[in-house]
Amino acid sequence: MERIIQIAALLILPLLSAARTWYVGPGEPCASIRQAVGRAAPGDTVLVRKGIYLEKGLVIDRRLCLKGIGQPILDGEKKYEIISIKADGVTVEGFLLQHSGVSDWNDIAGVRIYGAKHVIIRNNVLDDTFFGIYSQHADSCIIAGNTLRSRAGVEVQSGNGIHCWKCDGMQIVDNVISHHRDGIYFEFVTNSLIRGNQSMDNIRYGLHFMFSHHDIYKGNLFRHNEAGVSVMFSHGVSMLDNTFSENGGGGWYGILMKEITDSRVDHNVFNHNTSGIYMEGTTRVVVTGNAFTGNGWALKIQASCADNTITRNNFRGNTFDVATNGTLVLNNFDNNYWDKYEGYDLNRDGIGDVPYHPVSMYAMIAEKNPAVMMLFHSFMVSLMDRTEKVIPSITPATLKDDKPSMKPLRL
Amino acid sequence: MNKIIKYVILDILRNRIVLAYTVFLLAISLSVFNLEDTAGKGMLSLLNIVLIVLPLVSIIFSTIYVYNSTEFIELLLSQPLQRKRLVLSIFIGLTVSLLLAFLVGAGLPILFYSGSQAGLVLMATGMGLTIIFVALALLGSMITRDKAKGIGLAILLWFYFSLIYDGIVLFILFQFSDYPLEKISIVLGSLNPIDLGRIVVLLKMDISAMMGYTGAVFREFFGGTGGSLYACLIMLMWIFVPLWLAVRKFNRKDW
Repeated sequence: MERIIQIAALLILPLLSAARTWYVGPGEPCASIRQAVGRAAPGDTVLVRKGIYLEKGLVIDRRLCLKGIGQPILDGEKKYEIISIKADGVTVEGFLLQHSGVSDWNDIAGVRIYGAKHVIIRNNVLDDTFFGIYSQHADSCIIAGNTLRSRAGVEVQSGNGIHCWKCDGMQIVDNVISHHRDGIYFEFVTNSLIRGNQSMDNIRYGLHFMFSHHDIYKGNLFRHNEAGVSVMFSHGVSMLDNTFSENGGGGWYGILMKEITDSRVDHNVFNHNTSGIYMEGTTRVVVTGNAFTGNGWALKIQASCADNTITRNNFRGNTFDVATNGTLVLNNFDNNYWDKYEGYDLNRDGIGDVPYHPVSMYAMIAEKNPAVMMLFHSFMVSLMDRTEKVIPSITPATLKDDKPSMKPLRL
Repeated sequence: MNKIIKYVILDILRNRIVLAYTVFLLAISLSVFNLEDTAGKGMLSLLNIVLIVLPLVSIIFSTIYVYNSTEFIELLLSQPLQRKRLVLSIFIGLTVSLLLAFLVGAGLPILFYSGSQAGLVLMATGMGLTIIFVALALLGSMITRDKAKGIGLAILLWFYFSLIYDGIVLFILFQFSDYPLEKISIVLGSLNPIDLGRIVVLLKMDISAMMGYTGAVFREFFGGTGGSLYACLIMLMWIFVPLWLAVRKFNRKDW
């Protein structure tokens, strides 16, 4: 008998612990998601059927999987934060979130994670939200496959797409973000991965990144953002296989790097930006395998940069290859391909025999006084550039590629 | 009037200089487009030629032609002809033949290799510059009777517009670099047809080059329809003001 009870108990045990599934929708026991969340126990699943839900600020305070069937709409009525996540292990998937509130003093978001771990926000569409997905003090969360679009017109009234503040181990993967203030915003975020995202047409930066160490961003597309991408005050950042194109508004950088140390910029593509890379105060950054094509300035490297290595990149069709603001050069520029190189290769080893000076005199002058761009390509300027090439006087003589490649490198 | 124009054109075409000029332009354009790897770079090289060679040839050739046909002009002046018509006929004859040379020598290759908007703007600029420098030549040759002086003046004018003016602009921009110079630089750009032409073509072509702050200001100004109209208007002014002065001088001149 005792044995039978034991077996029966074993059989019943999984039933007792089994997570329940709650359906929400017209004709279901729960008409609102709030009701279902209130009834559900941690570990349950809440399935939401198609429809429009006005939840007036949905708070998820227990470990739930919240899933939309056929993309139900959660509307914030332009007043509320649509979903607030305050528990670990929450999953939010398959919703259309629209019309969050807008505030001058409070960062109202489509989805906001408050200090939770292991949250997954996947395959949602956010339309007309102030901030899109906002994480603070979050740990090991995944934000993947979401489409975010803001409808704000001006910078002061717009929020960031994916905003992370004081997080660790975040994965931001395959999202599409447009028309926000900053597409992706990282501040004090460590050990995180940003991969395969598309950040386009944002009012300020495609990616804005501060005090965020040991992060990787890989295979992202940053296109047509007003100010490109800005990476500041961080170390151990890896930027791999990204594309930065057509970032040419008022702010004008593919990547702006300020106070970055011990980082890598590998195999990225810079197309048609006003400035491909702008470096200020960077130390021990390795820029290699990148393609700079058709930029106004491929590389602006300020004299405050030291021990950077710029090697094995292709520079093609840029108006100016390199610009700098001083004569002090503490960086290495060897083994690149420059399409403006006019040297020869007598021993045919593929490496030019005379060094290439990538800084033209006019680039130096334009750096000091941007108004002189009006004389660009004029006869006199070409004459001055030629003279300077023969006898360098204001361009830094040590900024040169001693081993320029004769042919474009295979990247 | 048509008769005189026809005669002038025939006369110019017969002396083969214009033919040589056409062949020269054609050779340069074709080699430029074939040597450079992209049409854009070819256009850039061609732009430099258009901005330097075209004004030079137009102004020198026209000046020499006017001086050489002094006797012809004197002969015609003894006929019952309006002086204005006579000088305009010479102007139109010179313009048409030089434009023809430009269109065949550079226009056809541009259309063939790079028939983009930038190409069309480059052609328009080249045509405008040709007409402007013929008008300037006419004015110069009315000022002095001495041929050597006249040619010197022509060279000086060309030198001024393609080199000295830019030097002055550079000087001004540096002297006043503490002040906002964007508006001023638009004005400075309009005061020289070569600069204006270059800026307009570059804005259509090498966009990221001009995209710094000044570039943005220029693009805002010249980029739209209003800006194109403004540029056209300035170019027309550069044609009509020298021409009008030349006609006035010609009318009052004692031959």
